[in-house]
Amino acid sequence: MKASIMITCLGDLLFPDVGVAMVKLLRRLRVTVDFPPGQTCCGMPLFNSGYHHDAALVAARTVKLFERAEHVVVPSGSCAWMVKTEYPGLLKDDPALKAQAEALAAKTYELSQFLVNVLGVTSIDSPFQGRVTYHDSCHLLRGLGESRNPRALLRGVKGCELVELPGSDECCGFGGSFSVRLPDVSTAVLNKKLANVESTGAACLVACDAGCLMQMGGGLSRRGSRVRAVHLAQVLEPEEGE
Amino acid sequence: MSDAHLETPFPERAHAALGDAHLQEALTIATTKFIGLRKESFEGYPDGEALRDRARAIKEATLQGLDQHLERLADNIERLGGHVHWAATGEEARDIILRLCRDKGVRMAVKSKSMATEEIELNEALEAAGVKPVETDLGEYIIQLAHEKPSHIIAPAIHKTKGQVADLFSKELGGRFEADPEVLTAVARKELRQKFLEADMGITGANFAVAETGTIVLVTNEGNGRMVTSLPRIHVAVMGMEKVIPTMTDLMVFLSILARSATGQKLSSYTTLVRGPRQPGEVEGPEELHLILMDNGRTRQIAGTLREALYCLRCGACLNVCPVYRQIGGHAYGYTYPGPIGILLTAMLKGNAAVKDLAHASSLCGACKDVCPVRIDIPRMLVELREHLDREKIAPWGERMLFGLARRAMASPGLFDAGVRLGRMAQRPFVRDGKLRTLPLFFGKWTRTRDLPPVAARTFSERWKEIERP
Repeated sequence: MKASIMITCLGDLLFPDVGVAMVKLLRRLRVTVDFPPGQTCCGMPLFNSGYHHDAALVAARTVKLFERAEHVVVPSGSCAWMVKTEYPGLLKDDPALKAQAEALAAKTYELSQFLVNVLGVTSIDSPFQGRVTYHDSCHLLRGLGESRNPRALLRGVKGCELVELPGSDECCGFGGSFSVRLPDVSTAVLNKKLANVESTGAACLVACDAGCLMQMGGGLSRRGSRVRAVHLAQVLEPEEGE
Repeated sequence: MSDAHLETPFPERAHAALGDAHLQEALTIATTKFIGLRKESFEGYPDGEALRDRARAIKEATLQGLDQHLERLADNIERLGGHVHWAATGEEARDIILRLCRDKGVRMAVKSKSMATEEIELNEALEAAGVKPVETDLGEYIIQLAHEKPSHIIAPAIHKTKGQVADLFSKELGGRFEADPEVLTAVARKELRQKFLEADMGITGANFAVAETGTIVLVTNEGNGRMVTSLPRIHVAVMGMEKVIPTMTDLMVFLSILARSATGQKLSSYTTLVRGPRQPGEVEGPEELHLILMDNGRTRQIAGTLREALYCLRCGACLNVCPVYRQIGGHAYGYTYPGPIGILLTAMLKGNAAVKDLAHASSLCGACKDVCPVRIDIPRMLVELREHLDREKIAPWGERMLFGLARRAMASPGLFDAGVRLGRMAQRPFVRDGKLRTLPLFFGKWTRTRDLPPVAARTFSERWKEIERP
């Protein structure tokens, strides 16, 4: 089995550990991993703010980068959603590109979906220990309809105790440029989320989206909270010494 | 209120709302309750999901033949002895009502809750013409006493706590009332009972109008709608043109999901079906019935970006689940219709420029789409609206520049890498304990309340070279 990593801009620049954990994890599951060079961003920030012409140029480029990939695995639900749901529409004016976009959409998977739906993994051996809670990222939950796989994978880790997060399906307040266009509102939404997180007594808050992790991790860190925001891959493949 | 209110930019209005403790308390209690009731109601209703699909399909099919359905509705209402008026704009709708008031010597009008009349600011127009409007829905009555506007589509006084209502009643009605909903409701009922009997005109909106039978349908919970439509000698209903539905069978589909979505009820306490004015031999009902079919920007959208917003049943479910609405309430939006659907309806009524800021008052979390009884894809339409703001150059110049630059960097790995190197250099003075805690300029909008991870010393792309060979 072969998989190409789509690292995403936030994953590449801010959370490289997540990408590294994901590569190790996939290799442990006997997947041959490659990383097509020249990746930047999926274009979702442009798309969400209404710059669709610009987003289409970025989409066209990304489609080409992954042309030869067998599977494309993304550590972020929103970017996977962007590729799967919006790329074909953005490129609809060029039939050849649109067909390529549809092909890419069909072979692109958010990490937890790839692990469970493609690899058929149900439990992963991981040395991780501790109580965690899980936040449903909006695009993964409502966009890709995924709420079970990440939870199943967390439950499959022997030392991991999963506690349900009250209001787990509510937005964390990130919303891309929303977080800086209306920072007060974004923060008010975040504070509600973090109060819920802290009520669980979890040591780690797990999510499958770099945007949410940036928002919630940023809020937790600012509060001096003991809770750490981590990506699913970091629970399944913790760094040595953790 | 609206114009002066709108001089304050939206982000400031939102900021003020966040700092209003009463509002925060009231919103949290009410929206949480609505969310729970809706969820419970649909969980116990296995047919619900299929009925939502069917309702959506009916709305879509009706829009495709809107002219015929409206004409059929008008014919049937006229056959029953009612009058039908066509209003291209809100102003025309207002003028029709004012003319009726003048011609029929109307001095007082009782009203049942209606967003369509809010949309055309009818109360202000009536008052200016010397006609006293009296709101008879409890929530509307409260905000009329307080000289405010509704802040929610179905719960107009949702922004008020019961303590605030008790204070308001005590001040306006004379007396000392305790903050007990039952006591306060009894007070309002006593005040209103006399008004129903005195009023010359009853004004309502319409949740639906059934073309095949000429039936105007009102969905209410307090029974006041029934009195408004039966006690005064004239009944005027104001309805957006998109509210027509073809058949009574269709009505059953909508009724089965509307109240569930709005309040979690199987049906609202009252479903009032008005079929023409008082007929010979009948002892009840108004002498005259007038239906105003109002366009006011709606039909233009049948072929426009906002087409799906014409499916809206005005249930308010999308407001209750919206993380933004739940934080700022309805008034901060600044227009008649708040919340996610309100942004779309405001664009429909007032044009795209009016929602320049509001179009971004959403994290696009999709909760609204999930609960919409007719599955309106609100996030998608918001994004399309933003696209129009960009294309029509309504979006600020600086923003368009910034996103242009972002696109260049995203489209060129060389430029992207240069940006990464630049970021790494520029952030150096601001890194403390491996975090960015205060950043200047635009980035400060993030770091005022949240830390940010710095651009990694080695990005994944850079680390890949080492881990490329397993």
